[in-house]
Amino acid sequence: MDVVLHQVLAGLATGGIYASLALALVMIYQATHLVNFAQGEIAMFTTYIAWSLVNAGVPYWPAFGITVAVAFALGILIERVVIRPVENAPVLAVVVVFIALLVILNSVAGWIYTYTIKSFPSPFPKEPLFGIRYMSPHELGAIGVTLLVLAALYAFFRFTPLGLAMRAAAQNPQSSRLVGIRVGWMLALGWGLAAAVGAVAGMMVAPIVYLDPNMMGGILLYAFAAALVGGIDSPMGAVIGGFAVGVLENLLGAFVIGNELKLTVALALIIGVLLVRPSGFFGKVHVTRV
Amino acid sequence: MKRNVLLIAILLIIACALPFVVSNYRTFQLTLVMVYATALLGLNILTGYNGQISLGHGAFYALGAYCAAILMDQAGAPYWATVPVAAAVCLVAGFLFGLPALRLEGLYLALATFALGVAMPQLLKYDHLAKWTGGVQGIVIAKPEAPFGLPLNADQWLYFFTLAITVAMFVLAWNLLRGRIGRALVAIRDQHIAAEAMGIDSALYKSAAFGVSAMYTGVAGALSAIAIQYVAPDSFNIFVSIVFLVGIVVGGLASISGALYGALFIQFVPNLADEISKAAPWAIFGVFMIGFVYLMPTGVAGAIRLLLAKRRSSP
Amino acid sequence: MALLEVSRLHARYGHTRVLHGIDFRMEEGSITALLGANGAGKTTTLRALCGMLKTEGEVRFAGESIARRMTEDIVRLGIAHVPDGRGTFLNLTTEENLRLGAYVRRDKNAVESDLERMFGYFPRLKERRRQQAGTLSGGEQQMLAVSRALMLSPKLMLLDEPSFGLAPLLVRELFHILRRINEAERVSMLLVEQNAAMALDLADHAYLMETGRIVLAGKSCELKSDDAVRRSYLGY
Repeated sequence: MDVVLHQVLAGLATGGIYASLALALVMIYQATHLVNFAQGEIAMFTTYIAWSLVNAGVPYWPAFGITVAVAFALGILIERVVIRPVENAPVLAVVVVFIALLVILNSVAGWIYTYTIKSFPSPFPKEPLFGIRYMSPHELGAIGVTLLVLAALYAFFRFTPLGLAMRAAAQNPQSSRLVGIRVGWMLALGWGLAAAVGAVAGMMVAPIVYLDPNMMGGILLYAFAAALVGGIDSPMGAVIGGFAVGVLENLLGAFVIGNELKLTVALALIIGVLLVRPSGFFGKVHVTRV
Repeated sequence: MKRNVLLIAILLIIACALPFVVSNYRTFQLTLVMVYATALLGLNILTGYNGQISLGHGAFYALGAYCAAILMDQAGAPYWATVPVAAAVCLVAGFLFGLPALRLEGLYLALATFALGVAMPQLLKYDHLAKWTGGVQGIVIAKPEAPFGLPLNADQWLYFFTLAITVAMFVLAWNLLRGRIGRALVAIRDQHIAAEAMGIDSALYKSAAFGVSAMYTGVAGALSAIAIQYVAPDSFNIFVSIVFLVGIVVGGLASISGALYGALFIQFVPNLADEISKAAPWAIFGVFMIGFVYLMPTGVAGAIRLLLAKRRSSP
Repeated sequence: MALLEVSRLHARYGHTRVLHGIDFRMEEGSITALLGANGAGKTTTLRALCGMLKTEGEVRFAGESIARRMTEDIVRLGIAHVPDGRGTFLNLTTEENLRLGAYVRRDKNAVESDLERMFGYFPRLKERRRQQAGTLSGGEQQMLAVSRALMLSPKLMLLDEPSFGLAPLLVRELFHILRRINEAERVSMLLVEQNAAMALDLADHAYLMETGRIVLAGKSCELKSDDAVRRSYLGY
C-alpha cells in the first residue's frame, strides 16, 4: 500500500510537469490549430539558460524569474519571426518548420553546453517537508509550483481584459479584429506565455532527470499524450490529463511493464486516444462539413 | 521523353564507372546515397504523393535493418536473401500501421508517427527482446564479399548490389506512380472527398501507400545494415525520421528525381556543415529546412522543373 | 464635411473584382441603407470600409483617409461593424462579449455606465449576462451584436443584414431601438439590408446596388415612392 501511495504521489509530481507542458501545447493549439512540436526543446533551451545563470552565481529564485522572462520574450520572438510567415501554409510546411525549430534548438543547446549531463539545482530543502516521507521535497515543491502557475494562468485568462482578448482572438480572430484586438500580437503573447510555462516545467523536471539536450523528448511525448487524453482544445482537460498520465505512467511502470517501455506506453496512449476518442475526455467533438 | 531516357542512360553509365575511379570511402558514401534515395522514395510516396505526413519513417528503416541483421546473425541467412524478407515484413507492418492511421489527418498523423519515431529506440533496447535485437549493444554482421570471384573489392561489390536494387525500386515506383495508381494517390491527397465520390477506394489506397512506403524504407534499412555491418538502437532515433523529412522537402515532394537530390543532400551536407561549424551540423540542417520551406517549397526537383519550363518557353 | 466619403472604390477577393468603382457619402447623424439583391456587393462594401479586403480608391472618414488601413486601426477611429452572421464570440459569456466591444476604450467608468445602458435597451441581455453567448437565441444574439458594437461608443455603425433570420416583430423592435440610439447618441448608421421595405422605413437615405455598382441613390422616401424601385426591389 505504501508503495502504491508513493508511486501515485510521485506520479502527481511528474504529472504536474506533464500538465504544464500539455497546457502550453493546448494554448498554442487553441489559438492556431497547430501542434507545437518544438515545445519541449524551447523548455529545454530555457532551462539551460537558467543553468548558466545559476552557474554564474545568480541565486536560484532570481535566476528562475529572469529565465521565465527570457522564455517569454523568446516565445514572442519565435512566433513573430519563424511562425508568422507560415501561418497559412499547408500542413506539411508548418510541420517542417516546427521540426526545424526543434532541431535548431536541440543542436544549438548541444553546441553551447555540450552533451554531458549536468545537474540542475532544486530550490527546495533536502530534508522531508512537514514530515512527509512519501515524496521528496522537490516532488512536493514541484507540484506546488505547478499548481501556482496553473492558478495564475487561470486567473489571468478569466479575470483580466488582456486574457479575455487573448481568448477571443484564439476563438474568433475575425470578430476580434472588429473590436480592435491586434490578433497577431495576441498570438505572439500566447506563444510567450506557453514558452514561459515550458521554462517553469523544464526547471522543475531538470533536477529529477538531469539536464541534457535530449531530456525533453520523452517528456514531450507524455505531454502530447496528456493533451490528447484531456482534449487538445481544453485547458482544463490538459491539466487533468497531465496528472492522470503521470500517475498512470508510474503505476504501469512499477507494477505492470517495468520502466523500460515508458515511451512505448506513451505511443500506445497517443494512438489509442486518437483512434478511440480523438476529442479527448474534455474536448469538443468537431464535426467536419463535407 | 527521349531526352529523359538518354539522361538516365548517361547517369547509369556514370554510376557504373564511379566505383572504379573514386576511393573506397567515396564508394561507400555513394552506396549510402542510394540507400537514402530508396528510403526517401518510400517517404515521398506516402507524404509527397499521398499527403500522409510521417515523422516516424525511421521506425520502418530500423525494422528493415534489424530484419536483415537478425536473419544474418541468428539464422545465418545470406545477405541478399534478407532484402526481400525485409521488404515483405515492412510491407505488412506498414499496411497494418496504415489501417489505424486512416482515421488520422494532417497534424494528428504527424503526431502519432512522431511518437512512433521517438519510441522506437527504447523498444529496440527492451530487455525481453534483447536475445534477438542484441539490446543496447546491437548486432554486428559480416561484410559480404564479391561472389563468383569477380574482380571487385567488397565496397565496390556492395555498391553494385545496392545499385541494382535501387534501380529496380525506382523503376517499380515509376511504373506505379505514373499511371492510375499515382493519379489516384494524388487525387486522394488533394481532394479526398471528390476522389471517393469518383469511386476511388481511398481507404485501400491510403493503407497500401503506407505499406509500399514502409516497404521501400525497409529495403533501404536492410541495405544500410549490410553496407554498415552494424545495427544499434540509438542509431535509429527520431533524428533519422527527421533527416528523411528534410530529404524529401529539399529534394522535392511528389517527385522521383527529388529522392535522388534529397539523398545527395542528406549524405553530403552534414559533412559540409561539419566544416562550417564543428558542433552544430543539425542547426545548419534546420536552417536549410526553414529556408527551403520559405524559398523553394517545391524542392530542388521543383526548381529544376521550373527552370526547364522557362527555358523551353523563351526562344 | 461629410462623415463618410467613398470615391471610386474598387475591391477584389483574390483576382475577382467585386466592387467596380462606387461613390457615395453619408452625413453625420444619418441612417443610410445599402440595398440590393444577393451578390450585389453590399456586404463587400462594408468589409471594404473596414479594411478586410484589398481595395483601390478613396475612403475618407471624418476627413481621414482610411482606405488602406488595417481593421484594428479603423476600429480605433470609431467605426463599429456588426458583421453578417453576427460574429458573436460563442464560447464567451454575454457580458464578456459586451466588454470586448469596449476593448479599445480607456475610460473605464464610462464603459461601466455604457454596459448598464445596453442592458437598459435590451433587458433580455441582462438576464442572460453570465450565459454562454452561443446558447442565446438568434434574436438575442443580434441584440448582443448590436450592443457590442455600441460599446465601442462609435461614431459610425455598419450593420450587415441585422434583420436576417429574425421574426418581423423582432425586426421592428430592433429597428425602433436603432432609431432611438441614432437620435439619442448621434450614432450614424450604414445599414445593409435585403429586406428593403423595413430598411427604407428606418433610413433617411438609400443607395441601390447591382453587381458591384451603385445604380440608384436618393432619399428613402423618394425611393419608396418610385414605381420602378418598388416593383423590382420591394416586390409590390
